[in-house]
Amino acid sequence: MSRGDLVVKYFRQFVIIMFVTCIGEVLHYLLPLPIPASIYGLAVMLVLLMTRAVKLENVGRAADLLVELMPLMFIPAGVGLVASWTDLKCILVPVLVITPAVTVIVMIVTGKTSDWLLSRTESGRETAEVPDGKAYDDE
Amino acid sequence: MERRMTMNELILNSTTAGVVISLLAYGAGIFLRRKTKSDLCNPLLISIVLVIAFLLIFRIDYASYSRSAQYLSYLLTPATVSLAIPLYRQMDLLKKNLAAILISVLAGVISSLGSILILSAAFGLTHAQYVTLLPKSITTAIGMGVSEELGGNVTISVAAIIVTGVFGNMVIEPVCRIFRIKNPVSKGLAAGTASHAIGTAKAMEMGEIEGSMSSLAIVVSGLITVVCASVFAGMY
Repeated sequence: MSRGDLVVKYFRQFVIIMFVTCIGEVLHYLLPLPIPASIYGLAVMLVLLMTRAVKLENVGRAADLLVELMPLMFIPAGVGLVASWTDLKCILVPVLVITPAVTVIVMIVTGKTSDWLLSRTESGRETAEVPDGKAYDDE
Repeated sequence: MERRMTMNELILNSTTAGVVISLLAYGAGIFLRRKTKSDLCNPLLISIVLVIAFLLIFRIDYASYSRSAQYLSYLLTPATVSLAIPLYRQMDLLKKNLAAILISVLAGVISSLGSILILSAAFGLTHAQYVTLLPKSITTAIGMGVSEELGGNVTISVAAIIVTGVFGNMVIEPVCRIFRIKNPVSKGLAAGTASHAIGTAKAMEMGEIEGSMSSLAIVVSGLITVVCASVFAGMY
């Protein structure tokens, strides 16, 4: 694949993703539910893929790039801790205890429940042996 | 009259400075993790700490930094939409284990809300502080809405959500190891239900199944929390 083709390909994939994001925002505006635009967009994208209106190879690479860069996008919000410091200070100790404790509890409850349920079914045991790795359909 | 430019003004008048500072800090975070190979050296956590230190040292307002850094967050919505792709790749796995996935995520959400209820009562928090913490395990976008609707402090909810995410990102691997959570589906569900998109970033590194299940769990746990949190809010 030439360099020009690759650029066009990424460009087209980004256009599709931005378009679906925009549809998500319109749905968020029109429907009175407490669901954010990104979740509507995710659902629309999933429906488009499942109905094959959009093919995986037409969005896959750009989507993978965005997903892999996601931690970067949380930096500004994380730095925002500086701005909300005064409000946070008075409940700092409870928050510092509750946050890690609850996070670990949720992981254990979710993971163990799922492990237990999956060990009772054939398909669950199969997935335990699937090797890791990302497969591109367009290569 | 000579006019001295402060660092704050420089940053305030730039459309790229915040992005550059964030990128450099993130690069430093990745470099440190490569060097140390430790879970504690989380690139996101390191970059947040570095940027905060930079702002404090050079007396730069958060508003000046975020004026340009906000363009990074701009990509968050399309990136969240893109989570549909890893999810679609694992559709067969999802369909095959539908009941197990729904039950485990529901159990996780109930354990989250329940333990926040118990601990908030133990610490004697006010109702407002309690509902501020309720949505802390779910994705920022949904969590902000839940906090606002229940009368919580949205800024602190966002802080708690991020701390939860960064902490979850750091501990998901050791927790799975210590508590013998073995199935990749279970690891992904645990990461996504407990620590939303930031935990999912780690699940993505652990493998495609973990990543997909984790991104699935973000959506499922977010939606279940919207429903259950209002019930739990009435309990304390």
